Amino acid sequence: MYNFDYQRPQSVADASKAIAGKDEAKLLAGGMTLIPTLKQRLAKPSDLVDLGRIAELKGIKRDGSAIVIGAMTRHADVASSDVVKSAIPALAQLAGGIGDPQVRNRGTIGGSLANNDPAADYPAAVLGLNATVITNKRRIAADDFFKGMFETALGQDEIITAVSFPVAEKAGYSKFPNPASRYAIVGVFVARSGGHVRVAVTGAGPAVFHQKEMEAALTRSFTPDAVANVKQSASGLNSDIHASAEYRAHLVTVMAKRAVAAAG
Amino acid sequence: MTATGIGASVRRKEDARFLTGKGNYVDDISRPGQLHAYILRSPHAHAEIRGVDTVQAKAAPGVAAVFTGADMQVGGLPCGWLIHSKDGTPMAEPPHPVLAQGKVRHVGDPVAVVIADTRDRAKDAAELVKVDYKTLPAVASAEAALKPGAPRVHEAAANNLCYDWHIGDEAATKAAFAKAAHITRLDVVNNRLVANPMEPRAAIGDFDRGTGEYTLYTTTQNPHVIRLLMCAFVLQLPEHKVRVVAPDVGGGFGTKIFHYAEEAIVTWAAGKLAKAVKWTADRSESFLSDAQGRDHVTHAELALDKDGKFLGLRVSTVANLGAYLSTFGPAVPTYLYATLLAGTYTTPAIYAEVKGVFTNTVPVDAYRGAGRPEACFVVERIVDKAAREMKVDPAELRRRNFIPKNAYPYQTPVAVVYDSGDYFSTLEMALKAADYDGFAKRREESAKRGKLRGLGLATYIEACGVAPSQLVGQLGARAGLYESAEVRVHPTGSISVFTGSHSHGQGHETTFAQLVSERLGIPLESIDIIHGDTNKIQFGMGTYGSRSLPVGGSALVKALDKIVNKGKKIAAHLLEASETDIEFKDGKFSIAGTDKNVPFGQVAFTAYVPHNYPSQELEPGLDETAFYDPANFTYPSGAYVAEVEVDRDTGAVQLVNFTCADDFGRIINPMIVAGQVHGGLAQGIGQALYENTIYDKDAQLVTGSFMDYCMPRADNLPSFTVDTHVTLCAHNPLGVKGCGEAGAIGAPVAVINAVVDALGPLGVTDLTMPATAEKVWRAIHDPNMPKAAE
Repeated sequence: MYNFDYQRPQSVADASKAIAGKDEAKLLAGGMTLIPTLKQRLAKPSDLVDLGRIAELKGIKRDGSAIVIGAMTRHADVASSDVVKSAIPALAQLAGGIGDPQVRNRGTIGGSLANNDPAADYPAAVLGLNATVITNKRRIAADDFFKGMFETALGQDEIITAVSFPVAEKAGYSKFPNPASRYAIVGVFVARSGGHVRVAVTGAGPAVFHQKEMEAALTRSFTPDAVANVKQSASGLNSDIHASAEYRAHLVTVMAKRAVAAAG
Repeated sequence: MTATGIGASVRRKEDARFLTGKGNYVDDISRPGQLHAYILRSPHAHAEIRGVDTVQAKAAPGVAAVFTGADMQVGGLPCGWLIHSKDGTPMAEPPHPVLAQGKVRHVGDPVAVVIADTRDRAKDAAELVKVDYKTLPAVASAEAALKPGAPRVHEAAANNLCYDWHIGDEAATKAAFAKAAHITRLDVVNNRLVANPMEPRAAIGDFDRGTGEYTLYTTTQNPHVIRLLMCAFVLQLPEHKVRVVAPDVGGGFGTKIFHYAEEAIVTWAAGKLAKAVKWTADRSESFLSDAQGRDHVTHAELALDKDGKFLGLRVSTVANLGAYLSTFGPAVPTYLYATLLAGTYTTPAIYAEVKGVFTNTVPVDAYRGAGRPEACFVVERIVDKAAREMKVDPAELRRRNFIPKNAYPYQTPVAVVYDSGDYFSTLEMALKAADYDGFAKRREESAKRGKLRGLGLATYIEACGVAPSQLVGQLGARAGLYESAEVRVHPTGSISVFTGSHSHGQGHETTFAQLVSERLGIPLESIDIIHGDTNKIQFGMGTYGSRSLPVGGSALVKALDKIVNKGKKIAAHLLEASETDIEFKDGKFSIAGTDKNVPFGQVAFTAYVPHNYPSQELEPGLDETAFYDPANFTYPSGAYVAEVEVDRDTGAVQLVNFTCADDFGRIINPMIVAGQVHGGLAQGIGQALYENTIYDKDAQLVTGSFMDYCMPRADNLPSFTVDTHVTLCAHNPLGVKGCGEAGAIGAPVAVINAVVDALGPLGVTDLTMPATAEKVWRAIHDPNMPKAAE
């Protein structure tokens, strides 16, 4: 990797100061994407601001009708959290299926969301559960957060501090993993709350998206059969050596059915 | 059987060191004042180099030197096997420069080496090397490379053809097809694989200014072979001034057999700079520079009579050799492949043609199984297809054609002579263990859960311990293929064994010690197995082709014989008896029929403190060396049963059961043998379901990392059921056959046969490897048009 200045602030305020005005600075959360990128010399940040020692960014708590997860909480901690498992079991299950044990014990929810990899799992949960991304500056609704492939609404010196997930009546996640990377080739998160159903699809397109026809069908009847014949168009979907757009489109329906079944 | 002798599942002596991080791998070694090399590689698959400007790089901080092909005028990397074409002409053998000479021919081809005080500074400086490339059209597929007008990889190879080779009797095979009642035809692609040992390759060159001696520490399976090739062909150094050390090596799988450019570069540079120079590949570099495996396209036809007896087999294969001839590259798709096309069957007439082809890809060479998995895949796929076409049970069709147990030695129509085997017994064992008869019920049960279930069989034959030297010399090998061992008994009776075999995961430190313990009756703790250093070992051809035990173990047995024979002479003297009356058993030399004896330790001590010694007739010391050149290959065989479940909705294949019955001859350590089978299976299953090396239209490697190249993982594999049936090898002293590659040979075709069986009811008759979910899904939806996402 190239040389950079390494900083390890103790607070979000200090972290924000450390990157303010530095266009080439990078925040380091779990580093699951950033570190390999650095090692391959594909990125040349001026500063690396390590969020690993900021206590206020860690932890999981219930806050009324929501579960609030600190940005630097590891996937393994979400997967094994009793709070999450009892309130939103689908979220714990999703976290437990990210990557492999090494990734789950290093990677963080904030890092995953800020990176917004098109095949990451967490964006599906955030969009599907209509979560709110909380930063050092504001609260961003899930529908406004994901802007496109590796793009989010975050500003230059904006730091995710936590994610607030409303507890849904029912939620389920089903993922067809890439056998090599274990990212989602297609992952579908479904959630029902107050008569509304949200269906978020990751892996299939350039970024996580709502499957509106499925949302409508599931609002009428929250059963696997309700989505069995809802076809996802292949147009605009990702196509690569692992899966064609056509196959991904097919998998969206299959995974949606399984997600609904898992939601019970 | 003793607790530590032949047949005992002794825990591996080496594991304590490996599991506690106390192994000593090449990258763990640091020499005083050591510099670090970074190899600048071609980003293009094919390009002319119009100039290389190293001025800025040389001036960069910490840089000791930058060398290009112009600086390093040495010999090319040699090829160890000469193949002759059908018409008798020798293969095209274009130069294989260590650093590019005017042209690059694959992505990853070394262009320059930057040597600096740290690896990062070498990398920094490498970015300052300016290479003026003129890109040229490139070709990645061997079939495309043969087409008229294809980009030409080498001036020395018209039509990119290295050789057009054949074996067998063309006329007899034609006659067999003329009288066939049924002909089965099959097209097969054997997917290209990247070996991916856990430890990437690494090399350190060192130079002693006082003595003028070079030392090369390298991740090789055969240090003497590397010393010989590098000294004689590349650097023209005298061998007595070059030491090659292969310390702990973290997996080889064939790809660490070959002599690589980096070994010559660091050795040469160490001499130039009079400093140690270290190079360690990162994983991306391994993908672009380790020789890859397989990559065949084959058309095969099997002629059968009305009862399903095989009459003839015709095979035509195009083999991708990559951009250059790797050390044993040309031999793999010829003598290590087509000689195994008889499989376990009595097919009386076989004719095979193989075209070896240059392309703009990483060189292809031996990878676990090397030619034999490719042969097994062709034979066992076409036999399975024939069984389905003729509506004969696949197990029964195989039985009808097995070479009978009383037919050995059995001369096949493709040159080799099998010495032993019992294919009926291994098949029955495997079928029984896999509950073949209960499959129909399991299939119904799967169907109830909406899954398609399939069962696939494979039998295999393997040729291990390539030999004898004289024969392989006639076939074009430029090396001998014997092995050596020295047994050095120390005065107090402990033993150092020096073997030319090399362990890079096989467990020789345990297995070889068991041979010594069994023979001399001494505990394992008193025996060390030493390997991997040309300054310690007399000579050695190394480890590949499952040869260590059949060849290296046999050399050790010969050396042990000499120890016992000399021991008898010493004991006879001590016991005042005739040498012919001395017998050796349980660690004691005794006069036959009496209780008068001397223990082994006393004989050893006497040999080194020869106060009471037959000095007139016998030299002091107890240290014996033997070389062993086998009379033939060994022929392990076996039968595998794979059972899969296919998810109709996604096409995902789950391997649910895998059963093996292997005949490896005598087993020294059953636990190590089971481990070898497990590892081979994982790699074979990886080839069948997951692994694929994809180059795009510009011959750029697309699958250059573990994000895209799918290695099999524990959760992809079921618990294996493995068992062995023993028929002894007829020509080596232990009766052993070798077990390292069997899993990788038999597994791919068993798995594919199972997937085709699962999809058979939908009309699917064939599927290419790897059977990825999308490919299977497409086959389910359109059985006649299975096509991959790529």
